[in-house]
Amino acid sequence: MAIIRTENLTRRFGERTAVDGLTLEVEKGEVFGLLGPDGAGKTTTLRMLCGLLDASAGAAWVADYNAAENADAVKDRIGYMAQRFGLYGDLTVEENMHFYSDLFGITGAERVRLMAQYLEMTRMEPFRNRPAAKLSGGMKQKLALMCTLLHKPQVLFLDEPTNGVDPVSRRDFWTILYQLVEGGMTVFVTTAYLDEAERCDRVALMNQGRLIRSGTPDQLKSSLDEVCYEVKCADPRAVRERLQTQAGVLSVEPAGAALHMFLAPDVPVEPLRSLAGAGCSFERITPSLEDVFIALIRKEEQSAGKRG
Amino acid sequence: MPENAVEVRGLVKRFGDFHAVDDVSFEVSRGEIFGFLGPNGAGKSTTIRILCGLLSPTAGEARVGGYDVATEAEQVKENIGYMSQKFSLYDDLAVEENIDFFSGVYGVRREIRETRKEYVLKMAGLENRRGDMTRLLAGGWKQRLALGCAILHEPPILFLDEPTSGVDPIARRTFWDLIYQLAEAGNTVFVSTHYMDEAEYCHRIALMYRGRIVALGAPAELKRSLNLPSMEDVFISRIEEEERRTA
Amino acid sequence: MTFRRYRAVAKKEFLHILRDWRSLFAALAMPLVLLLLFGYALTLDVDRIATYVYDQDGTPESRELVERFRGSRYFDVLAMVGDYQTVERGIDTSRILLGVVIPNDFSSNVLSGKEADVQLLLDGSDSNTASLALGYAEGLMQMYALEVQNRAQNQKGMGHPGPAVDARIRVWYNSELQSKNYIVPGLIAVILMIIAALLTSLTIAREWENGTMEQLLSTPLRPAELLLGKLSAFFVLGLVDTVIAIFVGVVVFEVPLRGNPLFLLAASSIFLFGALCWGILISTVARSQLMAYQMGILSSFLPAFLLSGFVYAIENMPPVIRLLTYIIPARYFVTILKGIFLKGAGPEVLWGPLALLCVYAAVVFFLATKRLRQKVA
Repeated sequence: MAIIRTENLTRRFGERTAVDGLTLEVEKGEVFGLLGPDGAGKTTTLRMLCGLLDASAGAAWVADYNAAENADAVKDRIGYMAQRFGLYGDLTVEENMHFYSDLFGITGAERVRLMAQYLEMTRMEPFRNRPAAKLSGGMKQKLALMCTLLHKPQVLFLDEPTNGVDPVSRRDFWTILYQLVEGGMTVFVTTAYLDEAERCDRVALMNQGRLIRSGTPDQLKSSLDEVCYEVKCADPRAVRERLQTQAGVLSVEPAGAALHMFLAPDVPVEPLRSLAGAGCSFERITPSLEDVFIALIRKEEQSAGKRG
Repeated sequence: MPENAVEVRGLVKRFGDFHAVDDVSFEVSRGEIFGFLGPNGAGKSTTIRILCGLLSPTAGEARVGGYDVATEAEQVKENIGYMSQKFSLYDDLAVEENIDFFSGVYGVRREIRETRKEYVLKMAGLENRRGDMTRLLAGGWKQRLALGCAILHEPPILFLDEPTSGVDPIARRTFWDLIYQLAEAGNTVFVSTHYMDEAEYCHRIALMYRGRIVALGAPAELKRSLNLPSMEDVFISRIEEEERRTA
Repeated sequence: MTFRRYRAVAKKEFLHILRDWRSLFAALAMPLVLLLLFGYALTLDVDRIATYVYDQDGTPESRELVERFRGSRYFDVLAMVGDYQTVERGIDTSRILLGVVIPNDFSSNVLSGKEADVQLLLDGSDSNTASLALGYAEGLMQMYALEVQNRAQNQKGMGHPGPAVDARIRVWYNSELQSKNYIVPGLIAVILMIIAALLTSLTIAREWENGTMEQLLSTPLRPAELLLGKLSAFFVLGLVDTVIAIFVGVVVFEVPLRGNPLFLLAASSIFLFGALCWGILISTVARSQLMAYQMGILSSFLPAFLLSGFVYAIENMPPVIRLLTYIIPARYFVTILKGIFLKGAGPEVLWGPLALLCVYAAVVFFLATKRLRQKVA
């Protein structure tokens, strides 16, 4: 059963169409990732789903309520964590939690139990009296998460949750998210971090307001027709220039110290190998999600260019 | 110019009783891309600001291009380009006006100003948008323009403070391509980032955590010595070891 | 509307206020500092006006007039001079403000009951002070002329004493004619308007800037709950400011408080609520804290200062401006404050302006809740 559903969801800001006819479904209990470059329309989509922004056309349903018409019912059933966390820096961890408990009407023994449970789960118990402004990035993120969980939402919306957070905190954060999903929660996350997308059950790739492709990370990686090689050599820039101009080579992208080369299907690799030179090693690899992402967006823009 | 572009020994910066930089030592050789990695608040920006002569160290010594940052800040500034986290561009000036302004500030000689401007416009891919207001540029372009403005005076050493934060993967790759170009032209590039995957792009990296360097070396070497598959894992294991040690 | 959510916001705002002790201190010191600054700067009384006298007449009558000037606390006769140039130079060099020239036909004119002209030379560069000086001098001379004429008539021994011209002026409510007594209550209104608008004008803009507004919008919190919660916290602070301002007015400036202090507090509360709502309304419109701050200062200070009738009489304004004053709440509050302070008036007299203040508060509160964006864009 789909807990989030959109139909032709569209949002225009003046001339610009930020989200363009988006149709997708998210199943209950899934970790769903919405990927895309800056300005792709991820945050706008999320805000429409949370009832923070009206759609220009189309509709969205969350937990069976229409996000535009029944925004209050939706708000009671979701937790929303904005990019900037929405914490009050001058209030302590506990005061922030009390404030959001009050807003959601969580009182008495239930509040005491939930706060204790979350503080324990996030290992934030020792910091309960520290002002939020004095927490590290990772701890702020955990506090923001706790504040959005106090009313036990069915769906958790996270907008680029781990931007600028250290790897240890990021790992802890995902551990917590998986615990929540085991408890039956649905998690909808936007990210530009491709390695974060690998942690999702299903992802949808957006560019310029449109949905390009969706599926499990593995499906996406194998959906690419082109063949990917990792090329390691002493002088990657020169090699890249030589390879890029060859027929059948779709693109050569720097990836760390190496190059990732995309070939159209059935293009022989041997001539390229000799062209690159003796010092180079070629290895056929499964492309990373980032490779797929870049390849798909490149294709999309090429076809848009042809249309235009 | 000396062999090492940057030399840091026992550098300490305290703000009150907070140790932002806590006894840090490393060297960066010429032509190297040196990555400074760590989460927000690890002390990366503070170190970079000290190296650029924008902040005085509490203790220790730092030399950039052979000059002491504490006593020869003026000479240091002539030899470096600095791009801050916030891309210090004027949003209400046109692309070209920003370039002209920074040319003036860096004292670029009049004869070469036009050539430098064209070079920067080409590098940033903004030749056709020279008259556009800077605020209209998307993140990736803004970032490249900021980089361009920082290298107008052809500094041998470049400090880039989180240049790729908040920029999408495609723009990030393009940006790293530029960094490689600069390094190949003989510049030393000192770049900080909190994206672990960018570590792989650097010749050598320093991992910073709570004001200290917890790992230093070439990415491949670090992974090999700890027998871990990714830099992210290297970082996690180093931090956990550090926390066990201090606990 | 849920009391629990309203209370959550009010509690949070109190915490903000108490945590930020610098702003708290500033908010509490503001009425004191502003009242002292404006109170002393705006006091319109003119004392000891530096004066030269050029007596061309040299008669007992003219000398008596000079003595009157010497005896008045409003004038300080620095010297008797023998020519015009000295008087003019005195004014040019700002040594004196007033030159009194008594013509040589003064005594004969006075005694014969004719118009006795005395020439007054004034430094008009500060027209306010000059006109006050002029007023005092004219008053003094009129009294003197009347007395001299009465005396002359009596001496002539006419059958019955002529109708003694007895122009006795009685000033009501402010018998000492001290300007501070009407300046200070007016000032309290202006200052409360500024403080209230400043306190609240930043508050919503700050939530937008910190990104907390977006979070609040994702909760079931309603606009009215948010606004009332914020208003309650600032209302308490504003009320403390009110008490401080009244206290300074009564103790430092010795303005008589003739009315009921509790009624004064109640009336102030109504005004305060409206002024706080105004700040909130600005806050919902402004995009940034800086803009909110500027709008807050401009829209509270200027109208309250210029159009409330506290220094500048509304009757003397051009009709258009006079119409404009009707939408300035400070205008009504100035009337109320002067009424309570100086006349000891109560609600039975002041119900009109009070009702208008209530209407103002209600309208602005309604507008603010309507204006508060419930969507991100």
